[in-house]
Amino acid sequence: MSANAMSRSLRKLGLGLKEHYGIIATNKLSLLGFWIIVLFTLVAAFAPWIAPHEPWEMLFDSKGEFAALRAPSWEFPFGTTHLGYDLYSQLVLATRTTLLIGATSGFISIIIGANIGLIAGYYGGKVDEVLMRLTDILYGMPFLPFIIILIALFGRKLEFVILAIVLIIWRTSARVIRAQTIAIKQRQFIAMARARGASDLRIIYVHILPNVLPLLLLYAAFNIAWSIITEASASFLGFGDGETISWGGMLYELWLSGKTRVAWWWFATPSVCIILLVTSLVFVSRAYEEVANPRLRKR
Amino acid sequence: MQAPKTETKQPLLSVRNLGVAYKTAQGPVHAVSNISFDLAENEVFGIAGESGCGKSTLIRSLLRLLPDSATVSADACLYRGQDLMGLPDARFRKDILWSEISLVPQSAMASFNPVYRVGDQIIESIRAHKSVSKAEARERCKALFDVVGLEAGLLDSFPHEFSGGMRQRAMIAMALSLDPGLIVMDEPTTGLDVLVQERILRRIREIRSEIKSSIILITHDIAVIAEMSDRIAIMYGGEFMEQASAVDLFEQPYHPYTLGLKNAFPSIRNIGAELISIPGSPPTLIGPLQSCPFAPRCPFAVAACRSANPEIVGLEGGQHQVRCVRHADAVGFREQAKEKAVWQF
Amino acid sequence: MAILELANLSRHFEIRPGLLDRAFKGKASSYIKAVQGLNVTVEDNEILGIAGESGCGKSTTCTMISALMEPSDGDIRFKGRSILGLKGKALKDYRRSVQMIFQDPYESLNPRFRIADIVAEGPRALGLWRGEELDRRVHAILSAVGLPPAKYAERFPHELSGGERQRVGIASALIMEPEMIIADEPLSMLDVSIRAGILDLMRDMQAQKGFASIYVSHDLSILGNVADRILIMYLGQAMEVGPAREVILNPKHPYTKALIGAVPVPDPRSRRAVPNVRGDLSKPIDPPPGCRFAPRCPHADESCKTKFIALDTQDPQKHQAACHKLAEIGHG
Repeated sequence: MSANAMSRSLRKLGLGLKEHYGIIATNKLSLLGFWIIVLFTLVAAFAPWIAPHEPWEMLFDSKGEFAALRAPSWEFPFGTTHLGYDLYSQLVLATRTTLLIGATSGFISIIIGANIGLIAGYYGGKVDEVLMRLTDILYGMPFLPFIIILIALFGRKLEFVILAIVLIIWRTSARVIRAQTIAIKQRQFIAMARARGASDLRIIYVHILPNVLPLLLLYAAFNIAWSIITEASASFLGFGDGETISWGGMLYELWLSGKTRVAWWWFATPSVCIILLVTSLVFVSRAYEEVANPRLRKR
Repeated sequence: MQAPKTETKQPLLSVRNLGVAYKTAQGPVHAVSNISFDLAENEVFGIAGESGCGKSTLIRSLLRLLPDSATVSADACLYRGQDLMGLPDARFRKDILWSEISLVPQSAMASFNPVYRVGDQIIESIRAHKSVSKAEARERCKALFDVVGLEAGLLDSFPHEFSGGMRQRAMIAMALSLDPGLIVMDEPTTGLDVLVQERILRRIREIRSEIKSSIILITHDIAVIAEMSDRIAIMYGGEFMEQASAVDLFEQPYHPYTLGLKNAFPSIRNIGAELISIPGSPPTLIGPLQSCPFAPRCPFAVAACRSANPEIVGLEGGQHQVRCVRHADAVGFREQAKEKAVWQF
Repeated sequence: MAILELANLSRHFEIRPGLLDRAFKGKASSYIKAVQGLNVTVEDNEILGIAGESGCGKSTTCTMISALMEPSDGDIRFKGRSILGLKGKALKDYRRSVQMIFQDPYESLNPRFRIADIVAEGPRALGLWRGEELDRRVHAILSAVGLPPAKYAERFPHELSGGERQRVGIASALIMEPEMIIADEPLSMLDVSIRAGILDLMRDMQAQKGFASIYVSHDLSILGNVADRILIMYLGQAMEVGPAREVILNPKHPYTKALIGAVPVPDPRSRRAVPNVRGDLSKPIDPPPGCRFAPRCPHADESCKTKFIALDTQDPQKHQAACHKLAEIGHG
């Protein structure tokens, strides 16, 4: 497919990049959030080149002394842990893990949620009944304990953490997309598409999907934010992947070290990053909320 | 501007040079401009126009129901001699809105709260303005339901138990509840079946002799406005193009837009007559008007129409007001306008 | 020749009582008889107008004709062959032959599609044409309905006026080269001043391309203007059918008389006649077997409540009314 044809079909699906930047740029906070996310993404992409040390490398300062529990300084910008690990390097490398888990589980969960929502909403009847009862069952599960049990069952590996998050996080998006699908299904242009001979799948994916897209992107951002929080919580409780460093894992190590009251920098750096990234995602999603629900738009 | 012939009595409502502008990203939109009219006691004044002509904005400005982005200006807006423009919002809401000027909105469906009984909602609106007991208010409701032709038993029903026509009649009862001097009806029968519409409009005509209220009726339906109104204004591009008694307006129209509307509107009395549409589409109204708003669609437009917005001229002793440069040629236009070719330019 | 025949067409909707009512009170289901025993034809190249108030069954009838809903009883024959139970390619072919134009030009166009894509959607969904052939046809039909493609093809629906949108709706029906068009109140959402233009467009296209039409409207003054024949329906039953002028100038059925008398006239000196009907419009839930207008009819007697006359389709040009009392009521 030529680049031109590609951009045309993306645009038809409502995925034109320019339009989306336009949507984000309408709101100053969303724009700020967008650039913060871009920054984190760049850090994640180039993490091994940015980080000066290995995450679990015991360091000695320029005078040759063991660099344990150092407050931020020129040499160790974000300080060190009680075992002399460089928090700056840990943070940079953890960004990669956190973003990977967040983006992957956010992306997979929105695809599952959107499809279940579209299919349940469009077909209605028994299909809807079965899919929505399934969603209800997931709603009945307490979030964190469920994920912890899953990870305990599967093992503390990155892909299982993602799987566990995905398995539960799609529920909200499925419900919301279903409601929106039902509303759009009743609009006349859907009747028109059917009268013109469009098949069910064509109606769902060509006619309805672009109309739920703003909502979809809104919930994609939410799902990513939720995944990041969930991963951090699970890791903090010791249910993250022990082999890779993550923001939640850094907090877990702080907890294990028993230095919480002493090493404010150890506590501050991952926490600020979590808050900053999640808030940025929420800010970006706000721009889509205005598109998805025009009533929120300022008059 | 020539003042309309004043009767011995002071008019109920007298509006001079009313304008409404909306703030938008593209600049101010002058949705309504240069509106002047006098409404006599017990008169039905019909305002006809198509979507976007500003008729809804006009009546919402009278009722102060516009969003914050709208600015209303007027040289005068006198209700029984009292200037409404200078009245603070709180006073307006307490002393004027509903008790003196009430509204029958377009969608009666959406105007009743679905979780309360219809009767209770009307009682509520009476007691919000008048210190009467519940029992007295209920008696009043019964009388009102009788006036609009609904059974008193329906007072205890919920809105969803009403048909569309019944809901609209209940809305009219609610608008009548405080004996207002003026009732504004916004497309009161649009979307109702023809037999139901006939019955509601007949009822409104019948109660005109019992109540003393004046009515401003706005609709896009020229047949309904012809049937109901004493006087009619034709609105286009936010302005009155023509204003006259109903009979004069239909039998001796001066403005080309009025002629065009008459051509475009089918009549069951004259089936098979060719319908002629007006070419083009309405103006966007961004920025003040520098020409006649209808000029781009008008087959009779000349250079003067495009260089300035025409002033209102009072004809037939001031009773027939027209905003058209070429009003002197109207007699010829009335014949020419019946030709379809004239409108295809 | 009749292109479409509706024979004894009926559609009933079941209303099931709540679970508790069914279990403890033994309540049976009731039925909304939305369309009952409808006989009518659409002749080649003609416009059949269907008129009636809300709940008269005109929309249900159209939905059944466009094969989006199955009838409960009776038959729909298109060019002599029943369309019931059509599947696969035969159904697609039929859907292509019968195109709809919708009422609401603001709702019937997908807001996220460009005009060219809206018009091309039908052919794409059915795989009729592609590539340049499709582009050529889209441009040709847009020009034909008065929307120059250079100006309109790449726009979105919200950038168009109501009249322009309705033209898009017409174009996307006509590109399918239909043999019949069903237009459901295509003018009711449009401004008066541009209605005549859309009406002219529909008539021109019909003259050029030679298809039959069903034109549904509650507005008898427009139907009188556009239709060749008019069918009057009331609560799912056909009340009267005949040539448009005949039905409007010389209505036979008491209901038609009331309906036509109640149409407002744009003349301040005229007053509509007070319609000779009683009571309010009801819903056709478990209706008695007779004429459904009988409870409101000033001429009705016991026989009207038990027996209903179905119209016949022997002579499409015949002016006939489904009423026992015609002789008694007389004309005028």
